[in-house]
Amino acid sequence: MQTSTQHTDPASTLTAPDRAAARPDARGVMRPGDRVFLGLSRGAGILLLVIMAAIAVFLTYRAVLAISKDDGNFLTTFEWNTGVLPAKFGIAVLAFGTLVSSVVAMALAVPVAVGIALFLTHYAPRRLAGPIAYVIDLLAAVPSIVYGLWGALVLVPHLNGLYGWLDTVLGWTGVLSWQGGAPRSLLTVGILLAIMILPIITNVSREVFRQVPRMHEEAALALGATRWEVVRMAVLPFGRSGVISASMLGLGRALGETMAVATVLSPTFDIQASLLDPGGGTFAQNIASKFNEATEFGQDALIASGLVLFVITLLVNGAARLIINRRSEYSGAHA
Amino acid sequence: MSKRIDVSGLTAYYGAHKAIEDISMTIEPRTVTAFIGPSGCGKSTFLRTLNRMHEVTPGGRVEGKVLLDGEDLYGPGVDPVAVRRQVGMVFQRPNPFPTMSVFDNVAAGLRLNGVRKKSDLSDIVEKSLKGANLWNEVKDRLDKPGAGLSGGQQQRLCIARAIAVEPEVLLMDEPCSALDPISTLAVEDLIGELKERFTIVIVTHNMQQAARVSDRTAFFNLAGVGRPGRLIEIDDTERIFSNPSVQATEDYISGRFG
Repeated sequence: MQTSTQHTDPASTLTAPDRAAARPDARGVMRPGDRVFLGLSRGAGILLLVIMAAIAVFLTYRAVLAISKDDGNFLTTFEWNTGVLPAKFGIAVLAFGTLVSSVVAMALAVPVAVGIALFLTHYAPRRLAGPIAYVIDLLAAVPSIVYGLWGALVLVPHLNGLYGWLDTVLGWTGVLSWQGGAPRSLLTVGILLAIMILPIITNVSREVFRQVPRMHEEAALALGATRWEVVRMAVLPFGRSGVISASMLGLGRALGETMAVATVLSPTFDIQASLLDPGGGTFAQNIASKFNEATEFGQDALIASGLVLFVITLLVNGAARLIINRRSEYSGAHA
Repeated sequence: MSKRIDVSGLTAYYGAHKAIEDISMTIEPRTVTAFIGPSGCGKSTFLRTLNRMHEVTPGGRVEGKVLLDGEDLYGPGVDPVAVRRQVGMVFQRPNPFPTMSVFDNVAAGLRLNGVRKKSDLSDIVEKSLKGANLWNEVKDRLDKPGAGLSGGQQQRLCIARAIAVEPEVLLMDEPCSALDPISTLAVEDLIGELKERFTIVIVTHNMQQAARVSDRTAFFNLAGVGRPGRLIEIDDTERIFSNPSVQATEDYISGRFG
């Protein structure tokens, strides 16, 4: 009495790559619609690769022009002089500033975003979850220059209290000491970036948590798990790789953010020991603030720094992919 | 170890929809009771009221009493989490935690109960897997993902997970409907062994299965589309399948239904 539904078309149980492999015998009767669609999708795929390659070639070519005439060390020089020869410039300060502000942003944003996503999917009453999710979507739509203005006009003046407190409590670490300058520092940039990347991490995490199969949550419930234990046993492990992907999307935005950083930071071309003291710079901010007045050689040098940002972003994404794949047999994807 | 269930006047709702109405029955310890009846008659809903899983469905609501050895599961101040630790459940589709190994799946409930010592965990996990007739098949792959086992093995893994915490009652919601006949047989044999230790309630669409595994059988039916499901009768399985006292039961069992 249970076997009657088993006679489905065997091809329908194959995964997409299997079907692709099984296609040859169908090649003789390819319909015009299929051919058009195949052409379109293949064309789109190839176009993407061509664009990526073109960007990489362009960046590399201009970068090599600049680096070959760099009198300093491109990786370690604490200076950005491209106007007067001999040119001396290096990306150390920019790399430091970019990574530090992004790490601060991630450290602040990821836990909050995961918390909000869990609240929306597993705790909030439905009447409340909808409006909150909508507001978060709105946050993602705010242009970054608006964040920058808000950061400079509202956030910065209000951070003196926090900075003073951090200096008193954690000043002994050196990393969080404060000499009393305007709080236009990498920490402020990190806080602002955290607010900016919060919506995307929240939204993607929320989608992932929503897709946790009901039966896994019921399995935990039936064992006598409390709501938090259900989250810990079924929801978080299932959503782990999704949260990592979400964080990487956020990190990508934080690494490349330009206007908001340029508006809030008071840049100097050196590395401050403390996150709280103003100064430092990021790749994108440095390019934006110098590009217009730069000579052609100066532009090449800035492009070289852009290439480094490009590589860093690729590395970060690759690392995330590794983390996601490492335990993929536990991912629940084949459950 | 094994407790008696007394249900009286139980009615369950999904929002405004009344799914089952006024159900009363007694389930003796160390017996297997099978629930049969057409789809949508509320068997599974009723089963899920026995460990307060019904109310986790949005809009789910229950009226009436379920006494577990005299204690009302729906009494004031009763924690549903505590109820579910006493009344275990196995679901229709095997649902091991996909992110956990075989070992961790079985240990999951124990860890919820605060068992932390590795040696205690290992002992109970081994005992539970043996109890679920799965030990010999998985003892060399305890650290492999539970979701990598076959469907029948996964279902027995879920049974091991449920019995590891030594519940008083084990509820099974069509535990074999996603399994092939050989795995089904393995699970049925297992039910026969488990009833020595637990009170078992099983929902099944397979009447031969009800006849094979159960001591008592309850037949549920609904009066019409949109009407709540009701308990038609509950009696010794032998009697239900040979000489039921209600005509509707006989019609259903002999296939003359609908």
